[in-house]
Amino acid sequence: MQISFTLNGRPTSVDVAPSMLVTELLREHLNLTGTHIGCDTSQCGACVVHLNGAPVKSCTLLAPALDGATLLTIEGLQGAPGSNRLHPMQEAFRENHGLQCGFCTPGMVMTAVALAQDKGVLTEAEVRHGLEGNICRCTGYQNIVVSVMAGAAAMHAANAGE
Amino acid sequence: MKAFAYHQPGQIPEAAKLLAAEPDSKLVAGGMTLIPTLKQRLASPPALIDLSKLPGLKGCTDNDATITIGAMTTHAEVAKSSLVRARIPALAALASQIGDPSVRNRGTICGSVANNDPAADYPAGVLGLAATIITNEREIAADNFFRGLFETALKPGEIITAVRFPVPLLAGYAKFKAPASRYALVGVFVAKFRDGVRVAVTGAGPGVFRVPPMEHALSQGFDPASIAAIRIDTDNLTSDIHAEADYRAHLVTVMAKRAVQAALSERPAS
Repeated sequence: MQISFTLNGRPTSVDVAPSMLVTELLREHLNLTGTHIGCDTSQCGACVVHLNGAPVKSCTLLAPALDGATLLTIEGLQGAPGSNRLHPMQEAFRENHGLQCGFCTPGMVMTAVALAQDKGVLTEAEVRHGLEGNICRCTGYQNIVVSVMAGAAAMHAANAGE
Repeated sequence: MKAFAYHQPGQIPEAAKLLAAEPDSKLVAGGMTLIPTLKQRLASPPALIDLSKLPGLKGCTDNDATITIGAMTTHAEVAKSSLVRARIPALAALASQIGDPSVRNRGTICGSVANNDPAADYPAGVLGLAATIITNEREIAADNFFRGLFETALKPGEIITAVRFPVPLLAGYAKFKAPASRYALVGVFVAKFRDGVRVAVTGAGPGVFRVPPMEHALSQGFDPASIAAIRIDTDNLTSDIHAEADYRAHLVTVMAKRAVQAALSERPAS
């Protein structure tokens, strides 16, 4: 079946089997390999993308659900318009050592961005509750929590400055 | 995943017709249970009937005595609904504890109710609040709807369109999460109405159930102390790698007390 959607700001139209998962569509057909497949059972969150602005697990999403929708993947995140910089949440992960091997990072960042957009400046408890669906096997989470709080504050400050 | 045909009907009668024509087809709402089931090849239906294009199945409305929630309303939408938070805060709190944020953005209230997972949260809220399940054919009282492990009173071809909840005087939900899955190892929903108290338990057995001795005691005095000495029988409880039946029985009393406390303070319980 033919589906059309907006992918990272660009109109996209592809022919998919109804049983195709969004992870497969992104990685194997659209060459966007920043969205990772970790557990493939919707537990780990390495595959989180934003569907119409809300974080979802793309390993548990059938391609037909994209028809008419707006999809943002980790590749679509960027810093201030015109700059070549990282998104403030990515910058915060780098600054605060919020990753070690980096496998979970795209999903962590996508979940964190949505959380910050939803709630503004975040408390530690809100971050820990918000990251329940993202698993990291390296860091012990401490620096991820610090990164997300710093990234949310930076996003909030950037918005306030506009 | 095996290949399947994919239908996106635009009207409920059309969806019902598709389902009747191919009874082994599956309805898909948020897909949070169905898609993992297909991926593991535990099911291989010839067709999926996607309910997302059907009109009028999303959102929360109320009148004097009830709140009605459309079948395709997501857990995130229920958790954030100002209407639900104002009138049945315990139900919004329940929705806010299902799975994780990404799951709550896709999973729907009636997907959960129709699936009737023995450890799902919503069945406890639906039974505890004496809700009514509304389908394209009839209305079914919660007491007659849940029939045990993944079984409900739904007939082949029947589609849930909404759930109607009576607004209680007080209600509370407390859940002991299995840490990996965030399903309820035991979850207890308590609701106080003018004519009595209802206590519904999920996670502990093969399906959601009520606890009449606790309901009776709480009707006499709505206080955690009223049920502190009530321990439920382990006969029909689940024993598995997560917990023995004996421990689940213990947790039912502990969670019921916390749910009453949450109802009295009208704050979400953890």
